[in-house]
Amino acid sequence: MLDAGASGAGAIPPLAPRRSRLGIGGTGTKAILIAALSTVVFFGGLTLIVINAPGWAQVQRSFFNGEVFVESIPRIVRGFGTNVRLFLIAEVLILAWGLVLAVLRSTPGPVFFPVRVLATFYVDLFRALPGLLVIYVLGFGVPALQIEGVPNDRFFWAVVALTLLYSAYVSEVYRAGIESIHPSQMAAARSLGLTQLQSMRHVVVPQAIRRVIPPLLNDFIGLQKDTVLVSFIGVVEVFRAAQIESSARFNFTPFLVVALIFLVVTLPLARLTDMLVAREQRRRAAGFR
Amino acid sequence: MTTHARPAEALRIERLHKSFGSLQVLRGIDMAMDEHEVVCLIGASGSGKSTLLRCINLIEPIDSGRIVVAGEEITAEGVDVDRIRRRIGIVYQAFNLFPHMSVLANITLAPRKVLRTPRRDAEEQATELLDRFGLLNKRDDYPDRLSGGQQQRVAIVRALAMQPDILLLDEVTSALDPELIAEVLNVIRELANHGMTMVIATHEMGFARDIARRVAFLDAGRILEEGPPEQIFREPREPRTRQFLQRIIEAGRL
Repeated sequence: MLDAGASGAGAIPPLAPRRSRLGIGGTGTKAILIAALSTVVFFGGLTLIVINAPGWAQVQRSFFNGEVFVESIPRIVRGFGTNVRLFLIAEVLILAWGLVLAVLRSTPGPVFFPVRVLATFYVDLFRALPGLLVIYVLGFGVPALQIEGVPNDRFFWAVVALTLLYSAYVSEVYRAGIESIHPSQMAAARSLGLTQLQSMRHVVVPQAIRRVIPPLLNDFIGLQKDTVLVSFIGVVEVFRAAQIESSARFNFTPFLVVALIFLVVTLPLARLTDMLVAREQRRRAAGFR
Repeated sequence: MTTHARPAEALRIERLHKSFGSLQVLRGIDMAMDEHEVVCLIGASGSGKSTLLRCINLIEPIDSGRIVVAGEEITAEGVDVDRIRRRIGIVYQAFNLFPHMSVLANITLAPRKVLRTPRRDAEEQATELLDRFGLLNKRDDYPDRLSGGQQQRVAIVRALAMQPDILLLDEVTSALDPELIAEVLNVIRELANHGMTMVIATHEMGFARDIARRVAFLDAGRILEEGPPEQIFREPREPRTRQFLQRIIEAGRL
């Protein structure tokens, strides 16, 4: 186009209207009607195809059995109680320990070099190791040592393993937040006479945490799901409970129950994360630092 | 004792050098000032004014030389920098208020955490200071609700709350819209009238002429010329100073 350059600064196209994640891609009554109609046709058609497909009857019996569904709920929900205890206790420890690691890694000065090296090594290590490996070794290996004073409770080791693993990820999230705070904030705090640690505690970290709440929630969702891994060291939780129900009835519907439970628990958190991200973006757009 | 006792020395700098990598920013600064004195640092951007202030506050480590505050060498080996910084206030061009805290919390943080002043006393003292500088109604606001001039005045109050012996002001009006500059300069003027010892890096030549006891012209990391404002602005000795002031006049800033 020849006139593209000549049109000048006044011809900057207007910003696209903000759309929600599931935007219908247009405005007005007509657009809504079209969206509704196409949705009905699309999903109705899909349902018809699935239901009429050969083998649907077996699938329904094995995965969507109403009777098994209802009967397996109590045991599975009880099992899920263990997961909830697990991820709540671990999350508290992870948030605290991850922050300690992040602050250690952000400590300046040559004196603290070994501390930084150690913290960095820790994070590298536990991000590299497969979660199941750590859970297995701690849950079976350590109790097998039978050392005096070392607990052999599987739940205890499950909490330890998840904390070790997730604190590595979470400390990186915190660190990104800490590094996103402009150095002038630290300088302002230090020049008022606050020590490095006081400046971190009162000025840098509070601002950093506010910025990283969405990614922290993301890791929390990951943690919730990974609690099923501890079934491998014999902790009876939701996955193990579903396995028991499943093998007793030769049916996979109990796993559907587990899937639904996780969906119900994580969906609100996922939406909350989206909401917080959107709010943060609005704030930044409004010039809030 | 005579009636003309010499006022105590507030600050002395000797042969101060500072480089960033291969860039020599300060190349042998010597200066001294007494208590209750106001010294203005003028000079082009990059002449080392800000770096000098940051060195005095020990935010920048120096390469060589000495800085003595009220008789104590603060650049000596093993000096507790946090203790020194308590006595030296600095206010930056970009305010640097803490955005997650109210005005009151911004001001009381350091007195409470560093001086261990009880919260009520710290808040009372902060409230008095805010009142004195016409900011009482902003006490519970967050910094992002304040204009630039108000933010800068809060930043000055925040530094004052530590009751520093010396206040360093680093181009505190450079980030402000022209109509907001006066309110900040008035605050500084009042501080000077109350005998606050201040080192002020500034581009406001008219203000420097009014307020300073002495003006120091920095050029390429050295104090090229210093003296009373009448002398520096009317009959500068050094050609570089004349050149600098000529450019300022041409820009309509004097």
